Amino acid sequence: MASMNQLGNDLYTGKTSVPFVGKRNLWFLIAGLLVLVSILVVFLRPPQFSMEFTGGTQFTVSGVAAENLDQGKATEAVRSIAGDVATKVTTVGTDGIRVQTEALEADSSEGASPVQQISEALATAYKVDAAEHVSSSVVGASWGADVTRQSLWGLGIFLALAFVILALYFRTWKMSAAAIIGLLDVLVITFGVYALCGFEISPAAVIGFLTILGYSLYDTTVVFDKIRETTAEQGSASHRTFGESVNLGVNQTLILFIGALGLGAQTLADISLSITVGIIVAAYSTLFVAAPLYSLFRENEPKIKSHDAKVARARERDADVA
Amino acid sequence: MATSTPVRHAWRALIGLLAIIAVLFGINSLGVYAFEKSSWTPELALDLQGGTQVILKANTESGEPSSEQMNQAVTIIRQRVDASGVGEAEVTTEGNSNIVVAVPGKLDEAQRARIESSAQMELRSVLLATGAATTSIGEDGKATPDPADPTLDATPTASPTDGSDLSWLTPKLQAEFLAYDCSKQADLSNAPKDQPLVTCDRADTEDPIAVAQQQKYILGPVELTGNEITDASNGYDQQRGLWIVQLNFNGDGASKFAEVSKRLYGYTTAGDTQRNRFAFVVDGEVISAPTMNGIISDGRPQISGTFTQESSKVLADQLKFGALPLSFSVQSDNVISATLGTQQLQIGLIAALIGLALVALYSLLSYRALGFVIIASLAVMAVITYIVLCILAWRMGFRLSLAGVAGLIVTIGFTADSFIVYFERIRDELRDGKSVIAAVEDGWDRAKRTIYISKSINILCAVVLYILADATVKGFAFTLGLTTLIDILIFVLFTHPVMQLLARTRFFGGGHVLSGMNSEALGAVYAGRAQFKAVETTSSVRGKAARDAKSRGEAARRQTIAERKQAEALAARNGSDSKGGDA
Repeated sequence: MASMNQLGNDLYTGKTSVPFVGKRNLWFLIAGLLVLVSILVVFLRPPQFSMEFTGGTQFTVSGVAAENLDQGKATEAVRSIAGDVATKVTTVGTDGIRVQTEALEADSSEGASPVQQISEALATAYKVDAAEHVSSSVVGASWGADVTRQSLWGLGIFLALAFVILALYFRTWKMSAAAIIGLLDVLVITFGVYALCGFEISPAAVIGFLTILGYSLYDTTVVFDKIRETTAEQGSASHRTFGESVNLGVNQTLILFIGALGLGAQTLADISLSITVGIIVAAYSTLFVAAPLYSLFRENEPKIKSHDAKVARARERDADVA
Repeated sequence: MATSTPVRHAWRALIGLLAIIAVLFGINSLGVYAFEKSSWTPELALDLQGGTQVILKANTESGEPSSEQMNQAVTIIRQRVDASGVGEAEVTTEGNSNIVVAVPGKLDEAQRARIESSAQMELRSVLLATGAATTSIGEDGKATPDPADPTLDATPTASPTDGSDLSWLTPKLQAEFLAYDCSKQADLSNAPKDQPLVTCDRADTEDPIAVAQQQKYILGPVELTGNEITDASNGYDQQRGLWIVQLNFNGDGASKFAEVSKRLYGYTTAGDTQRNRFAFVVDGEVISAPTMNGIISDGRPQISGTFTQESSKVLADQLKFGALPLSFSVQSDNVISATLGTQQLQIGLIAALIGLALVALYSLLSYRALGFVIIASLAVMAVITYIVLCILAWRMGFRLSLAGVAGLIVTIGFTADSFIVYFERIRDELRDGKSVIAAVEDGWDRAKRTIYISKSINILCAVVLYILADATVKGFAFTLGLTTLIDILIFVLFTHPVMQLLARTRFFGGGHVLSGMNSEALGAVYAGRAQFKAVETTSSVRGKAARDAKSRGEAARRQTIAERKQAEALAARNGSDSKGGDA
């Protein structure tokens, strides 16, 4: 791990430097493309929502003998007819089984519909009479549109407040703007990756997204705070341009990300999936979008512009002498 | 003495942390042994533990309710259930006229009332009130007229001018009033709003005192409905020693209420002890019928009935989230099992252990012995989180779903991230050539700011989502806020004090190769005289030293004048062996 330390050292002193800010336009181009592709993917191949969002079909089996009350049988019965669909199986009371699946066809033009077939398969599995003891109905979404709407309201208000707080803390709205744009970038791209891979969006995945949202903003804040320190220490006599200072701050913090990626080894189904995708995108976005964006915002300020020009002239003179 | 101050601070912080943990354990043992309501394991949510499922059927007179009404009812029921805690209930429609509510654990009476009552609130003026015991014999001794008698006049002789006008009292209405039996209270939740109403107080039928005090009313038409309420909360009235529900009307409601209160206060000053009362009617029953003792023009009346803390909270929540568009009756009430077996929880926990083991391994590889500080911090964090979850399960009905477990694990992982911020800052200071003790203090001063601002963003996220969002998202927000607070606590009261103490040991303070704070391995940018000695004594590999010197030289060349000045100042300060000051 000495090499890791060495990398950390070199990044810190500026010996090794990844040009996050220098090749800004290239990074913006790539980010723009990624966002565009993500939006396209979402339109061409809309992500699938799980039954908590869309509602589904519910089968109720009653009068099951105690020794047959095994939740596993229901999943097998549904899979044997409808293939690999998500099921939620619950025992109800002492002799009932409740099976919820994605919405299934209840009517069919010829032969038995999937719902009828599953009803019969369930009856066979639980050794009851299909007509008497198995019923099916349509269930609504437990995560309804109202829950989504409230959550989006919450998010909007949170982002607005975060913008204000960060602007007050950093004493410039530009860092806030860069951070929030970086965050939106993370959300769009993560969503795009989800749509592209055909992962189903479940409540757990949404929780994962939210975790990423919090984490991404946390990361950006950490990086920007380092940038703030670096640019604050830079006196007016400094030989570094503002862009380079930002770059150094970002590089010093890169070592943090190498750590964060190592720590991202969580493995719990949906949530870990969205978090893994999200952490990678979040790290990328902070370094390649938010930080360069901030330097772009600041560079057009007259004071910084004249400082940059002075440094550039001094360098030319040095080059002539050498 | 100068150097011992941080040590004293450190010990004080650690003792403080120990005290906090002891208090938390104390609270929970109180819950377990004295109140017998808590337990030493956190409660699990619907998906892991199962619970109770109630199927509500909409009562509609004609045909099926519209899907719009059903969706609205689901939203309101969900908000009501969520307001009682963070248990993550599940509310869905089933078929066209059923609503399925599944809650973890058992459903008690209060919870049941919270879900099923439609909570249509109306404000009506009192026209006439008597004790409920009035039987079917009229005051004049004659047999009471049968309310069904078609000869009784049902239309007022003079058109009533306001809600208190006595011309509402038609002979038919008075006959109905006399015949009305409070022990057989009908479902009046859909009573016509523009007509007077005969009804009784809400009274617990099993409580003889309450039944004896029950009153029967003729009320005027509806003056104001619950739709005009913008907010409702429960509280304790210290002066009267009663639980009350405080209402807030919107502008329209406030002006209507002011008008009514003006009229009724007129009766109070005129000495009319019947018509100076107004009734808060919920689902057709009178909750309270106070007298108007002043003109209320701010639209903020209080209701004080025979509330307990629980029932006042239930009513406040019901009024706040609005009335159900339909009335419902319970069709079935069953115990349901978990959808995910305990097997899944075990898989999750094993995954968590592997994940945390990886974190530990990474920490040790990257930070050497300092990794143990990370591991110890995470362990303390895990203990505190666990005990807090037990307490919250008892006090707030907090339930842990599988997603919640995953969220906790992830947050613990993120906690490690903030240690990285801290350690990297310490290392930055070491690279600038500071002594270990000074680097710990100065690194802390820098890391502190970063951690406070970034964690407060997380807390902001948690608070906003907790207030605004419902269901699963609310649960997430709660967990996020909780773990972030615990994280900051650990950081201030454990990690930093431990670092302060370790910096004074020979192993860490001397920058041992395995300590993770070896300024040589970190390639100090500039080292003062005192530090050069340390590098020489611990350095054994010549090539490495040469490489370090080279990178030091390179770094020194790249230093700014300001940095050089700062480094010189620091070297002077470290040389005099004083406490590391504020950066």
